[in-house]
Amino acid sequence: MLAVNDFSAIRLSLQVAACATIISLPFGYAVAYLLVFGRMRGKVLLEGVVNLPLVLPPVVIGYLLLLLFGKHSPLGSLLVRYGIEVIFTLKAAVIASTVVGFPLLVRSVRIGMENVDRRYMQASRTLGAGWWDTLFSVTIPLTYKATLAGMTLMFARSLGEFGATIILAGNIPGVTQTIPLAIYQYTSVPGGDAMALSLCLVSIGLSFGVLMISEAVNRSIPRR
Amino acid sequence: MLLEVDVEKRYSGFHTRAEFSLSSERCGVFGPSGSGKSTLMHLLAGLTDPDRGHIRLNDKTLFDSSRNINLPPQKRRIGVVFQHAHLFPHMNVRKNLSYGLKRRSSGANDIDPQQLIEVLQLTNMLERRVSKLSGGERQRVALGRTILASPDLILMDEPLTGLDAELKYKIIPHLQRVFSEFSIPVLFISHDLQEMRVMTDNVLVMQDGTIKRHLSTEALARSGSVSGRRYMNLLTLESPTDLGDLMRYRWGEVELMLVKTHDTGSGQFCLNASDILLFKQHPQAASARNMLSCTIRSTYQTDWLVGVELDCRGNTLIAEIVPQSIEELDIRPGNEIIAVIKASAFKRMY
Repeated sequence: MLAVNDFSAIRLSLQVAACATIISLPFGYAVAYLLVFGRMRGKVLLEGVVNLPLVLPPVVIGYLLLLLFGKHSPLGSLLVRYGIEVIFTLKAAVIASTVVGFPLLVRSVRIGMENVDRRYMQASRTLGAGWWDTLFSVTIPLTYKATLAGMTLMFARSLGEFGATIILAGNIPGVTQTIPLAIYQYTSVPGGDAMALSLCLVSIGLSFGVLMISEAVNRSIPRR
Repeated sequence: MLLEVDVEKRYSGFHTRAEFSLSSERCGVFGPSGSGKSTLMHLLAGLTDPDRGHIRLNDKTLFDSSRNINLPPQKRRIGVVFQHAHLFPHMNVRKNLSYGLKRRSSGANDIDPQQLIEVLQLTNMLERRVSKLSGGERQRVALGRTILASPDLILMDEPLTGLDAELKYKIIPHLQRVFSEFSIPVLFISHDLQEMRVMTDNVLVMQDGTIKRHLSTEALARSGSVSGRRYMNLLTLESPTDLGDLMRYRWGEVELMLVKTHDTGSGQFCLNASDILLFKQHPQAASARNMLSCTIRSTYQTDWLVGVELDCRGNTLIAEIVPQSIEELDIRPGNEIIAVIKASAFKRMY
């Protein structure tokens, strides 16, 4: 029931979601860390900026990104000079998903971190571990579950990303057309209902699969 | 060990200023909660930066605001045993113990992990998850973990607070054994006078963020004003003999009769100084089971009572009596007196 383009849409969806999640992970973790343990001014501002994509319509985000990466913008022209095209490429789809899914990752990690008593970190420091050592041997293992939950959320959100993606990356079959965009296209042509439905089923299956895998990994981590 | 400290830290609404120099291996920081003890510990360990001043440990400068020196916690070689142990929940006991061991710097005094594990009696719980440990076991693991990092000084932040009395005194022998066996200087932070007395030789008394006094723990206990309670004699009693309803113990050269309890082994007991009656002459018969001939060494004034230091064949005993009795009993250094103690007056600590 699936056409060749559908398979490439599935592949692209997975590719975009995986890239967006992996690229966001270190930054999302760092931002969550700053928000929880940082002792700087402007925390509220940072929090607001990070959470903004959560409340803005994705189309607005897409349009703002289009302005930011457009050929006539300072950033866009700089990228062009280095031969990097963003708009209407797979990169654009990844960027759109990254921006939209980022707050979900940060939120999740942050909630996990807030539940970690910072005295574990202090104990580790007094036992001879430096800052990075403490991060990798204590902080990350203690926030493992929350990070995994955040990654799952972000991955699932990226699989379903539509509004920002269609504006920044367009809807080019085989290049930037992910599952939601393919479904959108099917529903706007006569007789595409059956195809749309089968992609919907794929989408449900994928999302369910992600949740199942995440739950299984979660269970395999020994409870404290 | 030589610890020289002169630091200041201002929080909103709280000001800590500590200036002292310590050379004792067993020292305490004593004060009510909120007096700045924990802040001082954080400043020493490098977990909080002082506003100004200096901290030097054995000629090594850990912090000096005028010379812009501020060693991070991992370079200070000051171990901390936290009030709630804070064992890493994602590691078992063995991994917790080896955490500091793996990170200790070269040239650190070598402590044999196996020996320490035996002294702390942790052998049977090495593979256990820390969530499955009791409060006392947790503190023992925390102590072992800190010692294996080979610090030059260990700070113990109210390590016994939160444990019930029985557990608390079960741990103390472990602590004493470890500190004497591995000769690590310790700064013991507590608001409990009895803990202080078994763990330290002298104390810094902290109040309202500053160090008010530096004196011997014994002097602090005798001053009375700090605890607001009567002086407690601490006695180590040995060689128990079962006499049916009573137990006979040896206290140095003296024999004491105690009421029998569940635990009949030798151990540490306490005796309230105002539970001791003094008689000028030997009472022929009394319901009390212990009548000890003592020599008066000295007397001192506490808030309402007079403390009388007695020599019981080499042992020291403090009795507290009202000032009027001093003249009536002709209490002067060198005089003989009979101390009468009921068999039920002794309370077992551990």
